[in-house]
Amino acid sequence: MKLAYYPGCSLSSTGIEFGMSAPVLAKALGLELWEIPEWNCCGSSSAHVTDHNLALALPARNLAIAEEAGLDVVVPCAACYARLKAAEAAVRSSRRTKEEIEKIIDRKYEAKITVRSLLDIIYTEIGPAKIREKVLRPLEGLRVAAYYGCLLVRPPKVAQFEDPENPVSMDRLLSAAGAEPVDWGYKTECCGGGHPTISPEFGLKILKPIYEEARYAGADCFVTACPMCFTNLDMRQKEVGKQHGTVYNLPVFYITELLGLALGFEARELGINRHLVNALPLLKHKGLLHPVKGGRE
Amino acid sequence: MERVNLSRELLHAPEVSRELKEHYGIDITRCYQCGKCSAGCPVSFAMDYMPRQIIRLLQLGMKEQALRSKTIWLCAFCDTCSTRCPREVDIHGVMEILRLEAKARGYITHKHNNIFHGIFLQLVKRLGRVHEGGLIVLFNFLSLQPFKDVLYGLPLFLKGKLHILPELVRDRGEVKKIFKRARSEGGVSK
Amino acid sequence: MKRVGVFICHCGTNIAQTVDCEKVAKMAGGLPQVAFSTDYKYMCSEPGQQVIINAVKEHRLDRVVVASCSPRMHEPTFRKTLEKAGLNPYLLEMANIREQCSWVHQDKEKGTAKAFDLVKMAVAKVLKNEPLSRSSIPIHKRALVIGGGIAGIQAALDIADAGYVVDIVEKEPTIGGRMAQIDKTFPTMDCSACILTPKMVDAASNPNINLLTYCEVEKVDGYVGNFDVTIRHKARSVDMNKCTGCGTCWEKCPTRVASEFDMGLGTRKAIYTPFPQAVPNKPVIDRENCLYFKTGKCGVCQKVCPTGAVDYTQEDRLETVRYGAIVVATGFDLFDESVYGEYGYGRYPDIISGLHFERMINASGPTMGKIKRPSDHTEPKTVVFVKCVGSRDEAKGKPYCSKTCCMYTAKHATLVREKIKDSQAIVFYMDVRTPGKNYDEFYQRAVNEYGVQYVRGRVSKIYQSHGKLIVRGEDTLLGRPVEVEADMVVLATAMVARGDAGELARKLGISYDQHDFFTEAHPKLRPVETHTAGVYLAGTCQGPKDIPDSVAQASAAAAKVCALLSREEMPTEPVVSAVNEAVCSGCGLCISICPYKAIELKTISERVHGKTRERQVASVNTGLCQGCGACTVACRSGALNLKGFTNEQILAEVDALCL
Repeated sequence: MKLAYYPGCSLSSTGIEFGMSAPVLAKALGLELWEIPEWNCCGSSSAHVTDHNLALALPARNLAIAEEAGLDVVVPCAACYARLKAAEAAVRSSRRTKEEIEKIIDRKYEAKITVRSLLDIIYTEIGPAKIREKVLRPLEGLRVAAYYGCLLVRPPKVAQFEDPENPVSMDRLLSAAGAEPVDWGYKTECCGGGHPTISPEFGLKILKPIYEEARYAGADCFVTACPMCFTNLDMRQKEVGKQHGTVYNLPVFYITELLGLALGFEARELGINRHLVNALPLLKHKGLLHPVKGGRE
Repeated sequence: MERVNLSRELLHAPEVSRELKEHYGIDITRCYQCGKCSAGCPVSFAMDYMPRQIIRLLQLGMKEQALRSKTIWLCAFCDTCSTRCPREVDIHGVMEILRLEAKARGYITHKHNNIFHGIFLQLVKRLGRVHEGGLIVLFNFLSLQPFKDVLYGLPLFLKGKLHILPELVRDRGEVKKIFKRARSEGGVSK
Repeated sequence: MKRVGVFICHCGTNIAQTVDCEKVAKMAGGLPQVAFSTDYKYMCSEPGQQVIINAVKEHRLDRVVVASCSPRMHEPTFRKTLEKAGLNPYLLEMANIREQCSWVHQDKEKGTAKAFDLVKMAVAKVLKNEPLSRSSIPIHKRALVIGGGIAGIQAALDIADAGYVVDIVEKEPTIGGRMAQIDKTFPTMDCSACILTPKMVDAASNPNINLLTYCEVEKVDGYVGNFDVTIRHKARSVDMNKCTGCGTCWEKCPTRVASEFDMGLGTRKAIYTPFPQAVPNKPVIDRENCLYFKTGKCGVCQKVCPTGAVDYTQEDRLETVRYGAIVVATGFDLFDESVYGEYGYGRYPDIISGLHFERMINASGPTMGKIKRPSDHTEPKTVVFVKCVGSRDEAKGKPYCSKTCCMYTAKHATLVREKIKDSQAIVFYMDVRTPGKNYDEFYQRAVNEYGVQYVRGRVSKIYQSHGKLIVRGEDTLLGRPVEVEADMVVLATAMVARGDAGELARKLGISYDQHDFFTEAHPKLRPVETHTAGVYLAGTCQGPKDIPDSVAQASAAAAKVCALLSREEMPTEPVVSAVNEAVCSGCGLCISICPYKAIELKTISERVHGKTRERQVASVNTGLCQGCGACTVACRSGALNLKGFTNEQILAEVDALCL
């Protein structure tokens, strides 16, 4: 399956682990990724909250390039996915919007191709059963809180592939990889987006119950598909714990890192050594860092 | 609390509803004030008006107060409200529209928020992509809190998560032009 | 030369404010063959009708056009007027200048012009009208009630008391319906079973009532006065004549399954009666779960039955019975709460529906009347009630109010406070709607005397943490988000139509709304009739209602049935389709198009070139035909024509407007 690949800005910086693990996993699963040449930033929430035109035009340029190549677009980052998907929906729903956007980007874009999240592709096109077959290093004993956040599931009319209240794709994929997903109530609660960075005075309050609920549910770690969720949960964890006199010690993973690990890739090539909440001791403790016999190259 | 002169405020109500309905397809008159939006909102604890109350202000024609609220700047755009609304009112959309208008009028009740998004877009305009290191440095500088999160800087850098130099899109002119044209187009109808 | 009279109604100011009635009357006077025209303030009033009668006599009118409102309401009125004036009632045409002119236009000049156009068309049509006469059909004096809940039972009792034979078809093994599942009834807190079971017994012992339990309606043919209904008697595997209801079989049966009657909170056997007071108190075998039917082994019930009533060889049996009238009283289902992912129904066992709660507080229910959490059987201390789950939620497809939840939630909350002394009962609500007699007093008592806490706001999310159900809402009166740590949550789920309502409606030829509730003929003036003559509605199959409303509607439906059955025969509407046999090719297209199954093929013999030959032509059953006209459009040879709306008449109207 050949897809146009939109990595987005975070995947080479704060979300470097995602940027490393996504292509590695995709290749192992037989996905051929063609990185959109000269892609630009999707505008993120900054364009979204400041300028309607820009919020649609910035993602539309990338989609126009992919459409020219005739490929559906796959996006690992949930935040970029939401912006690209919104542009696709806007252009599909109104002829006038399509024309306005085409004028702004000075390219033809008819939304003939479809934007899909990498998670959707892995879950729907490849599926847990295939993953189970390919597992070389079962994630046995790893209790995971699958954290979907907002952008993968909402608005349901745009995001489409998952249940907005009780999504299951990451849980099922992780089960297939041998991990134990925990049932918890915060799967789709918001991480606060930019608030923990912009306004920590109340932004950090949004994060606290997420750690608390995951810990209560018995999770060893989080798994997510969103660099914003990841960064908030990973970078702010120590600080929030300190404020409340506790240490959570809940490493955060991208879904691609854990699936990659299960498929036998080494932690380093997936970027797992780069987390702020050090994930290696947990993996070591669970016996998940051992080399795989006859494993990956 | 000051008494609201409803007979005066209500004169604006039809206009406020009509504008939202005609330009954005959002019908605030459908809201029956159940509060499901506010109950699920992750930021409501920090707001001056519940999201539901913002809709109420608009229903009563009191748009000016809605525009001057903190709420519209605190919305995280997580879309929980719109997803769960039993009357299918796009509350998230209302927040977006109000924030744009508030910004245009210079009612900025949350300066850091405004600064952050401003820098972000400047970087995209100049580089085509966001340089997260530059974003944080500039944000701290312009929001007059130079040492905010400074402790995270070194570890992030060492983990290869922040780069000194930005990644660039080669033909940055194209992105710049998009900015120019987008801004001159005026509002895109939803 | 015909003599048409035209009468323009003002409808007070309803029409006159947008239509210059006097002018229309004057212009109509100039139309060909119009002998008289006038206008009047209220044409439908007694003196208004007298104006018509006098004019007919004075001006020797032979046809009448009334320009007023929709014919739906007053066509019968003016037809009677014509009869009084000595004219055939079908020599009347109405022009609807109210709904089609004054109510939709503001410009008086344009309204007047359009009114005149409509009058012109009516005049052109009435000139082509032929006198039509009604025929009559016999009435078969037996009634069918579909559904044996409280509405069906009440309707059957009333019909039977009037002296007519009535059959109740009930798909469950017992009558009683939803009311049998309910513990107490508001606002009196009567024991539901105590007031229902005597009625069930009355129905069983009434010589005019036949209980056809474990039966379903398979097919409905015929028409008012003469419905031929095919009933499926599902195989009970128990001979009703031999069984004494002693109960040995279900005591000994080794298979336990979740009890539907107890909403899965308790169990029943594979051979069972749904509840101890079942009527008839004779069991059926649930073949899907019975060991004998699944594996061929067991057979315990047959061995222990002292009368040899268990019969594994029984098969479904079909029976066709003729009825004069049908009452539909099939009741409701509960909304599927799992649609609310945010409420976690189905994920968390301690979130239950109101009907589960009814079974739980029932003294003979699965918990012997003790309120217990399904998860760990402990007594909940904090119980949250969530109203309008499904109801009034357009996003979930049910915009309507289910009407009963405000009261039963007040009842449930009261019972929690009464039965668990140190408990908290918290109700999340949007509005409290208690318009029934003594209803608001009941709600106020829940608040003031029983200390039930009402919080105005719709719950956004429920999730489980630390052994509690965390319920998040906004107290909209306070304007702040609130959270309750609950032990149990009761969802007041919406009443929805039965899953098979659409299918039954199609069998009966009655209409149903977008939510699959059966539609009454008129929301105010014909609330128990359907658009199909001889079929009546009772209870929640027509829309959400509580027990008093269901009973009242059932008695009303029964009165309608009795009025129909009291007649020997009834006149039929002559506006029906007619076949020109000479032109009909017998293709049968009309048969498939007719929604009332009113057309069939018949064989005629005719002489062609001196020889007699047989061929098939369409034939319209005038008892079934509702005059919809679908066949006339479908007929390729133009052999079908609707009396009163012939192709000629319609074309005359078009010509009048366009030429």
